[in-house]
Amino acid sequence: MNTACHQWRKFKDVSMQALTCACALLVVVPLALVFYHVLKSGIGALNWAFFTRLPKPVGEPGGGMANAIVGTFELLGLAALLGVPVGVCGGIFLSEYGHTRLNWWMRFAADVLNGVPSIIWGMVVCALVVVPMKGFSAWAGGIVLGFIMIPLVMRTTEEALRLVPQGYREAALALGIPLWRAILGIVARTALKGVVTGILLALARVAGETAPLLFTAFGNLYWNHHLSEPIAALPLQIFTYAISPYEDWHRQAWAGALVLLLMVAIINITVRVLTRERLAKLR
Amino acid sequence: MHHNLDKANPILPAWPLPRRAPGAQAAIAAAPAAAALAVRDLSVSFGANLALKQVSLDIPARAVTAIIGPNGCGKSTFLRALNRMHDLVPSARVEGQVRLFGSDIYGPGIQPVVIRRRVGMVFQKANPFPTMSVADNVTVGLRLNGVRDRAVLAERLHESLAMAILWDEVKDRLDAPAISLSGGQQQRLCIARALAVQPEVLLMDEPASTLDPLATARIEDLILELKESLTLVIVTHNMQQAARVSDYTAFFYMGQLVEYGATVKIFTNPAKQQTEDYVTGRFG
Repeated sequence: MNTACHQWRKFKDVSMQALTCACALLVVVPLALVFYHVLKSGIGALNWAFFTRLPKPVGEPGGGMANAIVGTFELLGLAALLGVPVGVCGGIFLSEYGHTRLNWWMRFAADVLNGVPSIIWGMVVCALVVVPMKGFSAWAGGIVLGFIMIPLVMRTTEEALRLVPQGYREAALALGIPLWRAILGIVARTALKGVVTGILLALARVAGETAPLLFTAFGNLYWNHHLSEPIAALPLQIFTYAISPYEDWHRQAWAGALVLLLMVAIINITVRVLTRERLAKLR
Repeated sequence: MHHNLDKANPILPAWPLPRRAPGAQAAIAAAPAAAALAVRDLSVSFGANLALKQVSLDIPARAVTAIIGPNGCGKSTFLRALNRMHDLVPSARVEGQVRLFGSDIYGPGIQPVVIRRRVGMVFQKANPFPTMSVADNVTVGLRLNGVRDRAVLAERLHESLAMAILWDEVKDRLDAPAISLSGGQQQRLCIARALAVQPEVLLMDEPASTLDPLATARIEDLILELKESLTLVIVTHNMQQAARVSDYTAFFYMGQLVEYGATVKIFTNPAKQQTEDYVTGRFG
């Protein structure tokens, strides 16, 4: 046996392991940095007023982002209203119906749409909704976020349904259950957690979108009283405050960033819990 | 008997079916016109691959017919042609006739859904729906076919579990998840689920191949009970099982029906050398 050769191999093995480990750690570092920095800068301005008050005019101390927090939830609700039914139905079609060339094209289209820069979505919806309605509105903001959600939800729904073993479909159909009822009552029910996971991840993704809201929802320093008026959203408010020259607004922008980050983190943790249960059940 | 086929079925449309009087089984093989399933020149192909070639046979009502043969001989393909499961595979093509109590299930305008309500199926691997309770698994076929009456559902639940010889074991945990049952219980639950929609024929694709000897014996007892009220077709790899439970046996090889007849004859005095070689374990 050649000892030198053996030692060289061992050295290569250990160094490659170290390298891959270092790369894996490198992924965690930015996340830790972001959390640390946002927490440090944002926690100071975070208080009860931040969640309950409207923004104050420049120069006046205090005030909060209540309208932006509520606005973000309103926009997410509108987006879900559009994105969830269309995305879920599309995913069901891709997974369960028609195994033709059309499916290939739809899948391809969804993947391309997932890569479209979000500001382009904003421009398109601005042209399609804002211009005809003659004004920025919560509707336009919800529609643009909904459009971004559709391909995401569609693909994750499809993947979740495909994970359901074929045996369940056959068992359902062998009972003489019509196909559509078997899909909704058995296949989709079995995959429900996966579908919900996909929806939550899509919501987490669009919750932080800023660019497409710039010329659709537009932002608002006051409460939104009607969905056809401009509406505030956390990312927009952060953007506006961060590029302002006022120290007080900067601190509030950090607090807004912290709240947004926590929202997305909570959604992600929920997803983790859901998927862990699902995996445990399969075992 | 728990299950009376001649009683008017409240759920499904009344079919003009010729029903055989019980006790007339012996005459059936000689009188193929009265078979539960009359198969004529049945061929099934997947793309360019011809899996089943020109099979013709009569499956008698209220008896157990076993399908035996080595791997890849077309047993499962044949079974799945009997309730139009091949309709789910886009590349599958079925030719020939399968007459269910006289009417061709591949005839024009016949919906596979209607056929599958009359011809149920139990699969090799027990596949209770994992998100549903024991009770929900049994009644799901009725509920998703539009039955809402709680009294009917409760009655069918009890009746089907009793027929599947499972009631006593699960009556105290009807709301437990179906996947908490043992493997053998899960398979009997799947049989109960198939029985709940009151099929006339039950197809079983190696229903005991993943079970231990004790659970297998239970399934075999169950098969013998069920033939009192419905027609059974069972695919099996286990020749002792075929000999124990079936009245008729069909031996398939390379997509063709080699020999078909009374089980006693197939296992003791087969007409073809190939059949004898297979049942005595010389090949396959």
